[in-house]
Amino acid sequence: MNRFSWRRLWAVLAKEFIQMRRDRLTFAMMVGIPVMQLCLFGYAINTDPKHLPTAVVAAESDEFTRRLLSAMTLSDYFELVAMPSRIDEGRALLRRGEVQFLLRVPPDFGRTLARGERPQLLVEIDATDPVASGNAIAALSALTDAALESELRGPLAALNPRPGAVEVLIQRRYNPEGLTAYNIVPGLMGVILTMTLIMMTGLAIARERERGTFENLLAMPVRPLEIMLGKLIPYILVAYIQVAVILLAARLLFEVPIIGSLALLLGCVFAFVIANLSVGLLFSTLAKNQMQAMQMTFFFFLPSILLSGFMFPFRGMPGWAQTIGEALPLTHFLRIVRGILLKANSAAEVWPNLWPLLLFTLVVVGLGAKRFRRTLD
Amino acid sequence: MIQHQQPTPTPSHPPAIDVHGLTKSFAGKRVVDGLDLRVERGAIYGFLGPNGSGKTTSIRMLCGLLTADSGEGTCLGLDVRRQSAQIKAQVGYMTQKFTWWEDLTIEENLRFAARMHGIARAPRVIEGALERLGLAQRRRQLAGELSGGWKQRLALAACLLHQPKLLLLDEPTAGVDPKARRDFWAEIHALAREGLTVLVSTHYMDEAERCHRLAYINAGRLLAEGTPAQILARVGLSTFAIHGVPGAAVAELKALAGVEQVVPFGLRLHVSGTDSRVLADSVGAFGHRHQLTWEPVDATLEDAFIALMRGGHG
Repeated sequence: MNRFSWRRLWAVLAKEFIQMRRDRLTFAMMVGIPVMQLCLFGYAINTDPKHLPTAVVAAESDEFTRRLLSAMTLSDYFELVAMPSRIDEGRALLRRGEVQFLLRVPPDFGRTLARGERPQLLVEIDATDPVASGNAIAALSALTDAALESELRGPLAALNPRPGAVEVLIQRRYNPEGLTAYNIVPGLMGVILTMTLIMMTGLAIARERERGTFENLLAMPVRPLEIMLGKLIPYILVAYIQVAVILLAARLLFEVPIIGSLALLLGCVFAFVIANLSVGLLFSTLAKNQMQAMQMTFFFFLPSILLSGFMFPFRGMPGWAQTIGEALPLTHFLRIVRGILLKANSAAEVWPNLWPLLLFTLVVVGLGAKRFRRTLD
Repeated sequence: MIQHQQPTPTPSHPPAIDVHGLTKSFAGKRVVDGLDLRVERGAIYGFLGPNGSGKTTSIRMLCGLLTADSGEGTCLGLDVRRQSAQIKAQVGYMTQKFTWWEDLTIEENLRFAARMHGIARAPRVIEGALERLGLAQRRRQLAGELSGGWKQRLALAACLLHQPKLLLLDEPTAGVDPKARRDFWAEIHALAREGLTVLVSTHYMDEAERCHRLAYINAGRLLAEGTPAQILARVGLSTFAIHGVPGAAVAELKALAGVEQVVPFGLRLHVSGTDSRVLADSVGAFGHRHQLTWEPVDATLEDAFIALMRGGHG
């Protein structure tokens, strides 16, 4: 009895698979959640928004102004939606949120420019959401120079900006077009695994406790390790199904490059899955019922999604938030999965983010095993 | 009362259960307090007591689910504190609540139990269990869809699968109809005749009377132990049945000297007390005063246990 038994492990496994098959809702969640989140995040989220509504207040419509406006529209960032005649009308639009940009071209813009006097263009921006307007603002100043260059000829050529002392060359590596999906879709793999795995394992054991069947299980001559493995192994399988769904979607729907080693990625996924299952197991030993297991899952899931660098830039967070982030498995897994998929990281390059996952697992399993007692007291 | 022949202890077999001073506290509250219990092999042993008296906790300590804070003893000759794993392999424990998996079929539940216990030739054993308890027709039905009586049969079948030497039943017939209860007890007696020892906790007095021996516990303490007849003799209760007592006179009756319990039974009142002479005088005077008829009757186990619960007889 005191030896580990494959027969009993198989008994628990068989039971778990039957129950999983019968629980339609849970099963649908395992496949439904990845698909839903992929569609939502993959298609809906764009941190480089274009066609931002813009109002222009221009006293007169000379050649320079027309040039400028057409250049703005062509940049794709701005969409001219209103031409109010007075500035307060424009400000009202801004206040009501109907436009994000309000460009004011001063009355004698063309003439002042022609006189070589550097006229001022005032752009008022609804900057409540800095991310929404950031790229458009960056595009704006480069755009004015380019737009007016063709007009500033002959004597006005001197108004053209002079090249700086140093030429800065910028290469956007790994994601040259700055596509959000390249960043989000691989990241989603980590988010989806975190959410489903912790919740499923937490619920699986809390459910037995809630229904009283756990007592029956404990009254049988079974070792805790056999119950634990029997409960967790099915979810490793579920995790790999989810990973396959996400990788296929990444490749086929979002055209995310997969340039690194798939075998290395699947190996790292294993470490991440085990880390999450250990959290789920720990929660299930703490939770008295399914409701509590659910609450604990969200308690863990929210910081994971906010502080891991999935939603917001990790380096933008203050030190203390980064410290919390570093303690979360998702943070490291995001770096691993983005590193392998987009940057073709090697095993050695991945290692600095792999060992924290293993360490995390070790600590959490230690805590969980301590709590996972065979007896009811 | 049904009289059963009590199994005679054979010296070659140690008792099925022999524990002393079992004590268990939860959050500072003593749930079981110094329990001594000795159950001979082959006996049907009734375990009685009000709700929260520590019956379930005691049973859990016996089968190794809980470790006693103090106390010691053996279950099937194995140490209850140190050999819980071996005890679990030889004990069938039927929990108070239905604790088999409701989203598995009858057959799947039995197969799981068989695998857990490592039963050789499991398919035949499962088939036998299905036949014996009349579950064969329903084998593919989900356990959650079964009625109370069928659930109880499944639980019993699953507990018996590994041929335990000791069966621990925690209020097995709660919520089960009378016919199913009778069948269940017939099965229990048949098993005991085959040599199985059964410890059964119950609230039902008719079930208590079907046991060879009884233990009555209250607030974690053993108050009485013995055959039903011994317990009745020990409590020494006299009971009179009085016919047609007007409602207004009940309070007067309760206040009389020697009257300890007044329990209605249909149109009669059962009046009991331990001092039979004082009680007889009181009842006689009361009967004459209200022009009623009365006669002495045998005290029931229920009367005895209620007397025990009120204290003073331990």
